[in-house]
Amino acid sequence: MKDIARNPAAIATFVLFVVIALVPIVAPLIGYGFYVNVFARIMIWSIAAVGLNLIMGYGGMVSFGHAAYLGIGGYTFGILSYHGIDNGFIQWPLALAISAVVAFVFGAVSLRTRGVYFIMITLAFAQMVFFLGASLDQYGSNDGLIIYNRSTFDVGGVGPNLGDRVFFYYLLLALLLLVIFICWRIVNSRFGMVLRGTKSNETRVHAIGIPAYRYRLVAFVISGVIVGLAGILMANLEKFISPDMMNWPRSGELIFMVVLGGMGTLFGPVWGALAFLLLAEILSSFTEHWHLIFGPLLILVVLFGRGGVLGFVERLNPRHA
Amino acid sequence: MPESRLEVEALTKAFGGLVAADAVSFELEPGELHAFIGPNGAGKTTLVNLLAGQLKADTGSIKFDGVPITNWSAAARARHGLVRSFQITSIFRDFTVLDNVALAGQSRQGHSFGFWRAARNDPALRDPALRVLDQVGLASRADVPAGALSHGEQRALEIAIALATEPKILLLDEPMAGMGPDDSERMIAFLGRLKRRYTIMLVEHDMDAVFALADRITVLVYGRPIATGAPAEIRANAKVRQAYLGDEETAAA
Repeated sequence: MKDIARNPAAIATFVLFVVIALVPIVAPLIGYGFYVNVFARIMIWSIAAVGLNLIMGYGGMVSFGHAAYLGIGGYTFGILSYHGIDNGFIQWPLALAISAVVAFVFGAVSLRTRGVYFIMITLAFAQMVFFLGASLDQYGSNDGLIIYNRSTFDVGGVGPNLGDRVFFYYLLLALLLLVIFICWRIVNSRFGMVLRGTKSNETRVHAIGIPAYRYRLVAFVISGVIVGLAGILMANLEKFISPDMMNWPRSGELIFMVVLGGMGTLFGPVWGALAFLLLAEILSSFTEHWHLIFGPLLILVVLFGRGGVLGFVERLNPRHA
Repeated sequence: MPESRLEVEALTKAFGGLVAADAVSFELEPGELHAFIGPNGAGKTTLVNLLAGQLKADTGSIKFDGVPITNWSAAARARHGLVRSFQITSIFRDFTVLDNVALAGQSRQGHSFGFWRAARNDPALRDPALRVLDQVGLASRADVPAGALSHGEQRALEIAIALATEPKILLLDEPMAGMGPDDSERMIAFLGRLKRRYTIMLVEHDMDAVFALADRITVLVYGRPIATGAPAEIRANAKVRQAYLGDEETAAA
């Protein structure tokens, strides 16, 4: 505990989560009610970024195609909802299962390659899914599909549903914390040590008798499922799905969030998503040409902010100064 | 007493026109320390890569305790006890020293699909890892990041990682590479203690080490073994003196 108390990054992260928890209570009171939605979106992207970080930050696998799983999660939920199946107990497991299967197939092929080839092949697979989504005429093709009902979780007529804004918000917070907790357990487990070993020195992992491929593949699948979850949540929040949610810029934004926040740290992706989305929100309120400022700003952060936002806070620690 | 044996038959590997291993045949007898020497570019490291599975041979066969392993992956060979160390230090630089060795120990304890329990607090990993570190004199450095170790310490860790897998046959690729005289002397003493506990193939430039430690020596030149024998025979072998030990010694004799 003493360590945590002296660690500025841990304090900052703790404060961040307190703020996130207070947003639905405080924001409407001071006339910033729409920030509830902004923070809901931040949490969803955080979940996705945490999922990508598992393979990118801990496993050294830079997937440029993780938006595919956002799309798969969102579309599975959306299509079921379109056909009148609103029950989350059916929608969610199915969406996560499909994410897992797709991640397994894409991963099995992609992980045969390294470096730039890995980046390009994950991108190619994701664009395949994107074009598939764009070709689904029944579900709005390029224009997307409006969803009328969020997931319900009632058993025998009672139970929560995501139409309740406050319930949905705190469910997001709970899921974000759960996903981070799961990743924390994973990266410190035997499996996690192997995963980090493959990032650090894959040749040696083989040389000590561990077949790295299957561990990397399992990590890839877990990562895909987490991003699939974020996709379900995103489509629920926006009540809308479109191929745009799985287009390649989304994959790039995910990578950016992970790098921006601090790769290979548990809470870094949350900071990355926060910084990315808040910055976009604030800048776009000043000028419609906000990308002109946003782009160079991101480049500066990546160039000079080693370790991302968390790394910056970490360096405030007098012990490291 | 170790019982593992390695039989290598006509192993050949060419990179384009360069034949790095030219029909190499030899045996590692159970418990022996078999040294390989040869001038730079003789194909010593290539041979280790072929045996440990980092490279696939063009032709030839490798048998490990009678089982053909020529088509096995590097991981499968290591899991069965044929474990190498690297000439160019190959450690997990951002891991602590203890984690380096503990990860190697994980491979001996079955699969690593444990997703929940923290590996670092697991005595089943920590205790054997600490014992290995104790053997190589790194116990006091257990919690230091491996990348922060001195060169000599990294070389010791290099061997410790291999030992932590509980090998049957050790393939040591220039364990003394880049070491000063003091570190070298310590390493020679340490290798002497490993002798007879494992079947060992030692590739080394350091002649003092080789002649002090080896039961048998094979001399490689241009990917081809030109002589095999006890240290005294190798020292006396005219072909070897000419090809490798240099004419100075011949002249001095």
